[in-house]
Amino acid sequence: MKRNGVLFKLVKYIGKYKMFIVLSLLCALVNVICVLMSPVLIGNAIDGIVGAGRVDFVQVFKILVMVLIITLCASLFKWLMSLCTNKVAYNTVSDIRDDVYKKFNNVPLKYIDGHPHGDLINRITADVDNVGDGLIQCINQLFSGVVTILGTLAFMLSINVKIAVIVVFITPLSLFVAAFIGKMSAKTFREQAQTQGELSSYVEEMISNQRVVLAFEYENEAQSVFEEINARLYKSGQKSQLYSSFANPSTRFVNAVVYAGVGIFGALNVINRGLSVGQLSCFLTYANQYTKPFNEITSVVTQLQTAIASANRIFAVLEEENQSPEDNCCLLEKCGGDVTFDNVCFSYTAERELIKNFSLNVKSGQRIAIVGPTGCGKTTLINLLMRFYETDSGRISIDGTPVKNIKRDSLRKSFGMVLQESWLYNASVRDNIAYGKPDASFEEIQAAAKAAYAHGFIKRLPDGYDTIISEDGENLSQGQKQLLCIARVMLCNPSMLILDEATSSIDTLTEQRVQKAFAKLMKGRTSFIVAHRLSTIQDADVILVMRDGNIVEQGTHDELIEQGGFYSQLYFASFMPASR
Amino acid sequence: MFKLRRYLKDYKKQLIIGPAFKLFEAILELIVPLVMSDIIDSGIKSGSRSYVITHGIMMVSLSAIGLCSALICQASASVASQGFGTKLRNALFRHINTLSYAELDKLGTPTLITRMTSDVNQLQLAVAMLIRLVIRAPFLIVGAMIMAFAISPALSVIFMLAAMLIGLVLYTVMSKSVTFYKIIQKKLDRISLLARENLSGNRVIRAFCKQTENQSKFNAASDEYVETGISVGKLSALLDPLTYIIANTAIIFIVWFSGKAVYAGNLHQGQIIALVSYMTQILLTMIVFANLVVIFTKASASAARVNEVFELSPSVKEKNTETISVVKNSKTPKIEFDGVCFSYAGDEYDVKNISFKIMRGQRAGIIGGTGSGKSTVVNLMPRFYDCRQGRVMIDGIDVREYPLKQLRAQFGIVPQRAVLFSGTIASNMRWKNKNATDDEIISALKTAQAWEFVEKLPDGINSPVNQGGKNFSGGQRQRLTIARALIDKPEILILDDSSSALDYATDARLRQAISELDSAMNVIIVSQRVSSIKDCDVIIVLDNGEIIGSGTHEELLSTCDEYRAIYESQHHSEEVRS
Repeated sequence: MKRNGVLFKLVKYIGKYKMFIVLSLLCALVNVICVLMSPVLIGNAIDGIVGAGRVDFVQVFKILVMVLIITLCASLFKWLMSLCTNKVAYNTVSDIRDDVYKKFNNVPLKYIDGHPHGDLINRITADVDNVGDGLIQCINQLFSGVVTILGTLAFMLSINVKIAVIVVFITPLSLFVAAFIGKMSAKTFREQAQTQGELSSYVEEMISNQRVVLAFEYENEAQSVFEEINARLYKSGQKSQLYSSFANPSTRFVNAVVYAGVGIFGALNVINRGLSVGQLSCFLTYANQYTKPFNEITSVVTQLQTAIASANRIFAVLEEENQSPEDNCCLLEKCGGDVTFDNVCFSYTAERELIKNFSLNVKSGQRIAIVGPTGCGKTTLINLLMRFYETDSGRISIDGTPVKNIKRDSLRKSFGMVLQESWLYNASVRDNIAYGKPDASFEEIQAAAKAAYAHGFIKRLPDGYDTIISEDGENLSQGQKQLLCIARVMLCNPSMLILDEATSSIDTLTEQRVQKAFAKLMKGRTSFIVAHRLSTIQDADVILVMRDGNIVEQGTHDELIEQGGFYSQLYFASFMPASR
Repeated sequence: MFKLRRYLKDYKKQLIIGPAFKLFEAILELIVPLVMSDIIDSGIKSGSRSYVITHGIMMVSLSAIGLCSALICQASASVASQGFGTKLRNALFRHINTLSYAELDKLGTPTLITRMTSDVNQLQLAVAMLIRLVIRAPFLIVGAMIMAFAISPALSVIFMLAAMLIGLVLYTVMSKSVTFYKIIQKKLDRISLLARENLSGNRVIRAFCKQTENQSKFNAASDEYVETGISVGKLSALLDPLTYIIANTAIIFIVWFSGKAVYAGNLHQGQIIALVSYMTQILLTMIVFANLVVIFTKASASAARVNEVFELSPSVKEKNTETISVVKNSKTPKIEFDGVCFSYAGDEYDVKNISFKIMRGQRAGIIGGTGSGKSTVVNLMPRFYDCRQGRVMIDGIDVREYPLKQLRAQFGIVPQRAVLFSGTIASNMRWKNKNATDDEIISALKTAQAWEFVEKLPDGINSPVNQGGKNFSGGQRQRLTIARALIDKPEILILDDSSSALDYATDARLRQAISELDSAMNVIIVSQRVSSIKDCDVIIVLDNGEIIGSGTHEELLSTCDEYRAIYESQHHSEEVRS
């Protein structure tokens, strides 16, 4: 049932290319008819060659010319058919791939945080390719296969019913064998696809963090884990290949039996004068012809099964639930900057409550600093504010509108965000800075870079602003990457700002200057600053001191120091000498 | 492609048995039409039913034997090809592990992953096909030709011509498509890169509302892939029709000329049927052979990509693997840099003329602005890169003299980017020493100030860690990576800006706890914060890749302007005064 489900879903994808499929089917039909006619004609020609001195050359010549025409015709349509099939298969592959990618952008962030990236990448690359290969084989072989089988049957019936019946009865045996083998190996194929995914994600994890592997001399350990997964891949791979490769010889054997059967009964019929030798010849060719599709179908069984296993993995992603729809959501037009948290509760996992009954009123233009020990939920607040995660209960509103009623894009556009983990993409420095504003002029980009104090080091890069940031961004230091992320936000000029440990990797001198630039940028706009360097947030309007998901203190720097509570402890600890 | 054959050497048995049995099957397959023509020529002529039936049964038994040999071949093929793939993957992974930072900087992860998965799969398939078809296909073709020759030497000329023409078509189409396959794999790399980027930067992408734009970029890459695929498809679509035309034209000639031969009394009707079926045989085999060639062309493109990885040799090379004897005493500096210059790429040095000494047990701080070369200096100590000029010495011996294992085993390193690996906290802690006990782990966690939150987790040190440690906050991750480095009590602990996500109180407690550890341990702290390093025995101030000051905190305050500027930027003037 499950397999049928997958096939059904695939058919929905292919459906878009109905025209080409119909065309391909028609071509297959013409091709098969021509291919089937040629043995008849050749048989007729051979019948014209009876023995020494008894050959009707005129007749034979005529027939052979016909054969030539039919051959050309068959070839032409076969070619057209392949072109159509290719178009269908490759376009379907592209559609599926685009949809998977789209899915990556539509699933809740939780899904992406919780799934090994290597495995997801494997699905969008290798698995989709497998489906494509499977489709080409399937359309090519299955179409012409079915048409050939039906066509041959018709031809055989027209020549001799009795022999045709024998063929019809023995041949399904090969299908039965193939189906049995297919069923046996389906499980190992699933296992294989799964292990392949596991292997990919291990490779992804280890190779992208090769530096740590080397630093810890973890090479041997990593190797042995890898070899263990690889050994399992061998086991399932070998088994599935073995089982599925049995299908072809088995069906060929059944077909050989059919061939022998036709030969025996045909020869006996010739002896009884029920059949001519030429007819027998063409019957034998048909027996071969008839069984050929069975052979071909079973010879691609391995590929088809791989394709089905892969399709299952792809549809598992595609059927993942999307983030909540936003049809009834409004756009955040002019953002005033009043932000309210009202009894917000949230937890990443059901077992551990993180934020409970969090309430806060932020007035437009205020600078809110959030401080507290690591793991107390500072970043989580940001995740909720940007709707990367949804609150479990309670409400966050902007200018009185609950964020759940605002379109995500519109909400996020009103924030400029700099995170502690600097993410850049594989493009030039210039493109990375202009990420949020692709139409920015070079002057604007430079101005943003200067404001972020990134201009200096960018100038020193081999190609300046045109330097390409490598795939994993390892050609820049953490601090440099962070400066680029800051420049990126500086350019956008957002209505609200979120700085989540945005300057943690930058030296303090530069940091102070960047802070000044931020202050200028944020004048009169609401901003949220998560920081651990207390020196950077002292002039915030409100400092929230968080502990275990709750606000324990709230006030300005001076007020909090006055109180002598948790904040002042944190503050004075920053100058505590570490005695030896 | 042949360079990779060493991964097949354990499968010699299968490589011989497989094709041999396939050959046997092919021989049987060739005999079948002979028996058939015998039935027609002798059985029907003489009208003997028993002749027909016995020969018919013979045909069936021949096929049964054929089936058995085919199964043996398939079994060998599955063992050898999957085994080959497995060995190749292992070797690739091992090789990648020997590469140094410099090569990894160059290659990047996505392409390594496609090479390790889809390229190896392609090669694996090629091995399976090699075993199944490499002897069978040519044998069937040559065999059919010999049989044709036996029936009529004159007519077999047609066979030869046809086979040659088909061969020519195959060769032309294939050689043209090889280039396409290489392009296709490259395009797949691009798809994988874009997907990976989208996953790792998903937060930022959503924050900047770039989904649509990224989607169209991806769609373009995916379309390009399709375009190349369709072009190569167009080319290979020619294969079948062309071979079919050639084979059928050959059949037409055979019938025509054999008609003449029969007329002259040199040939029987049954023999024509045999000739035609041999021609059909050749055609069918050629088509199979064409598939084989397609698979091999793809495989050779893949082999080139795999070999490219193997050919990368680590720039950091081990001079010897034998443990060297080192005299460790308090007179020789534990770490010494002597006129070290280094650049990642190009001629301009990223760090230059670095010289300093750190004595055994000393704590050293390295401070400087963003991009001043702090991490670079630290990366040279465990020899992640080799310096261009000068020497880096540990215990008075050049790091290039050490076997890498002996050298790196002394270090406990906490990298800038706090990365954890999927598994559990305990499995992450056991990276350095897989036999570390729970108590050792807990004590390392305590030193790293991580125990306070690990303790509260429902499963303690056995709590799960997601890929990259995403289920922990930045500060928690940092503390866990510090604990990981402390396991096995390293001689040199390197903290590369690794408390940036910690609040000051935690950071201070952390430094306090570390200072209480073994007094012989050297601690190297790279930081932007004066407070993190001001108690160090030696502080090195870097600017633009050069040392602009070194000494203790007090010394530097009076001798190094830059240092004082950094210090003042982090502290209120009253604290500086007090």
